[in-house]
Amino acid sequence: MRLKKSFSLLSAGLLSMGILAACSSDSSGTSSSGGSNGSGATEDTKVIKIAGQLPLSGGVSVTGESLRLGAQLKLDEEIEKFKELGYTLQFETYDDQSDPKKGVSNANIIGADESILAIVGHYNSGVAIPSSEVYDKYNLAMLTPGATATDVTDRGLKTVNRIVGRDDAQGPAAAKYAIETLGAKKIFIIQDKTAFGTGVAEAFKGAAEQLGAEILAFEGITVGEKDFNGVINQVLSKKPDLIYFGGLYSEAGIILKQAREKGITIPFMGADALDSSGLVDIAGDAVVNTFITSVAGSTASSESGLKFVEKYESTYNKKVEAFSVYGYDTMGVILNAVEQAIEENDGGLPTREQVAEKIRATKDYQGALANVTFDEKGDNVNAKIYLFKFDEPVYPGVLEGEVSF
Amino acid sequence: MFLEMVQSLPQVLIDGLTLGAVYAVVALGYTMVYGILQLINFAHGEIFMSGAFIGTALFILIMGMSWASAIPQIIVLILVLVVTACITGVLGMGIERVAYRPLRSAPRLIPLITAIGISFVLQDVVRFIAELSYGNYIVTGPSMFRDQITFKASSISSVFNDASFKTSFLIVLVIAVILMLSLDYFVNKTKWGTAMRAVALDRDTAALMSINVNKVISITFFIGSALGGATGVLFAVQYGTIDPFIGFILGMKAFIAAVLGGIGNIRGAMFGGLLLGVLEMFASSNLSLLTGGVFGAEYKDVFAFSILILVLIFKPEGLLGKPVAEKV
Repeated sequence: MRLKKSFSLLSAGLLSMGILAACSSDSSGTSSSGGSNGSGATEDTKVIKIAGQLPLSGGVSVTGESLRLGAQLKLDEEIEKFKELGYTLQFETYDDQSDPKKGVSNANIIGADESILAIVGHYNSGVAIPSSEVYDKYNLAMLTPGATATDVTDRGLKTVNRIVGRDDAQGPAAAKYAIETLGAKKIFIIQDKTAFGTGVAEAFKGAAEQLGAEILAFEGITVGEKDFNGVINQVLSKKPDLIYFGGLYSEAGIILKQAREKGITIPFMGADALDSSGLVDIAGDAVVNTFITSVAGSTASSESGLKFVEKYESTYNKKVEAFSVYGYDTMGVILNAVEQAIEENDGGLPTREQVAEKIRATKDYQGALANVTFDEKGDNVNAKIYLFKFDEPVYPGVLEGEVSF
Repeated sequence: MFLEMVQSLPQVLIDGLTLGAVYAVVALGYTMVYGILQLINFAHGEIFMSGAFIGTALFILIMGMSWASAIPQIIVLILVLVVTACITGVLGMGIERVAYRPLRSAPRLIPLITAIGISFVLQDVVRFIAELSYGNYIVTGPSMFRDQITFKASSISSVFNDASFKTSFLIVLVIAVILMLSLDYFVNKTKWGTAMRAVALDRDTAALMSINVNKVISITFFIGSALGGATGVLFAVQYGTIDPFIGFILGMKAFIAAVLGGIGNIRGAMFGGLLLGVLEMFASSNLSLLTGGVFGAEYKDVFAFSILILVLIFKPEGLLGKPVAEKV
């Protein structure tokens, strides 16, 4: 009894200490930012913050982290330039955990911080859409490096922009390649019943039918399962000459593996959610003869891209992922707009509205990979869909071609 | 349409039996614990998942050693199976000690809740460890037993298409059958098995007959969890890729298989698991044929479970259960 009591006392004590610690870390956080403000005042510089809202934990944390590092790299390059203009640049990242609720609650915190002028993020369309409603209330510009759902920009918000292609361009681009280059006539479609998977598969289906291909089936699977032999048996009996898959790389890898084990060697196609080293990890040798469309291009295709890769890898001692360069270019577009806004203000601190206007007005910004010009909805008119092919189990695949739209 | 279904039948049966064997062995764990404690151990699916991860980790470890190539893969597999089964067995005993024994006299809803709690804890612990050591929680093990065997069904009758399967299919099936038969023997023929059945029948009377009830329950958990962990290894060998959330769906289905066969009845669990696997595979291969494309393969679970509901309405004690059954 006595032991129990002391134990509960102990745990209560620990808990209250934890709370105190949380409070103190919080207050030290504000005091340090206050300190930097204070020191800024003495040096007569003002702080401009750019916020990042990216999935730094969870299933796509690899991509989120690579976006963060890419953006940080660009910011570090520009710090000196802004110091001359009289501003201290800071990059503050928030973890949206790929979770809409977390994204929105972060968005409210970001909105309340007056020194934040723009946002790099989000990666997930599902998080970008509700969070951008909050940013719009604060007139805070958001530039996404990876959210591809059509709804992100189709709502016509003035503050929402993206530098990569849209989902409704991927399906048709894949269909064109499948039918014209690979000569597919009978196609078997598998989709994972999520908004992304079904959307991309339906866009592909429509375009493929228009181009004269026969769609043998439009089958669904359940995310999280590991046995797809039922669907693969249907593929066996229908004998298509191409499989199109709308969904994520974890299921795609397993389907590929199980299909190749049953002797199905026909080409397998999918969208940008397959553009991950995870696909190769899971499928192994079975990945051969797989084609993916992606909104992320290959950094190996241009000189500035190669330079970026070299710099990224020497700075962080890490390999670049498909989206790293878009983190870099997103930050580039934002800082470019902030700089213009400062100039227009004769060196004064620009407002959020001015920055948002300048970002939307970006014309022919040449980043390390992306060339950015926004249309009236905030989509990059120069965005392209890239097509990669896997000839051997090595990520990334070989760049086969690109389609602009 | 009918012809097409018959043609693919051999392949469907083979794939269905593999899946069903996994369901069946996992279902054994549910059924044993329920038989003795009248408790549904919802953490059992997660024990299965932990087994899959421990097994894969052991495979990666052993395959990385230079001497491993000298010994046949089947020996490696048996070694990994035994070690994993022991670890998950002890894990199961630990869970029983921590989460169920203190609540043994509590209302039945309470241990159900701790079971669900334990399952979430296990999911996230495994996820944490996997992310820490591998960088990603979707883990792919080394590929084993990849040889293809063609089953010449067309030579039996020309209406069938040939079917093919991997060597791992045979291994999963054979090991699952061995596990099930040895459990059946253990429960029905040995002293400890008799004690388990006695505890299942009446815990208090069994205690009066000088049976150490706590020990019997611990052993039940050990055996059930060891079986679950071993099946996890088999699953990892057959399907290659695992993540911390495989236990949930699979555990649900195995639980339902146990109910279908008559919960508390070991042979019922085996039968229910195999039946559910075959039904599910049949549905996902043929559903769009049967309905003319209205329902696709994504409705396979609806199909399988509708049949289960029908069975349970007309035979609520399960297919092999007796209305007042001797449990375990």
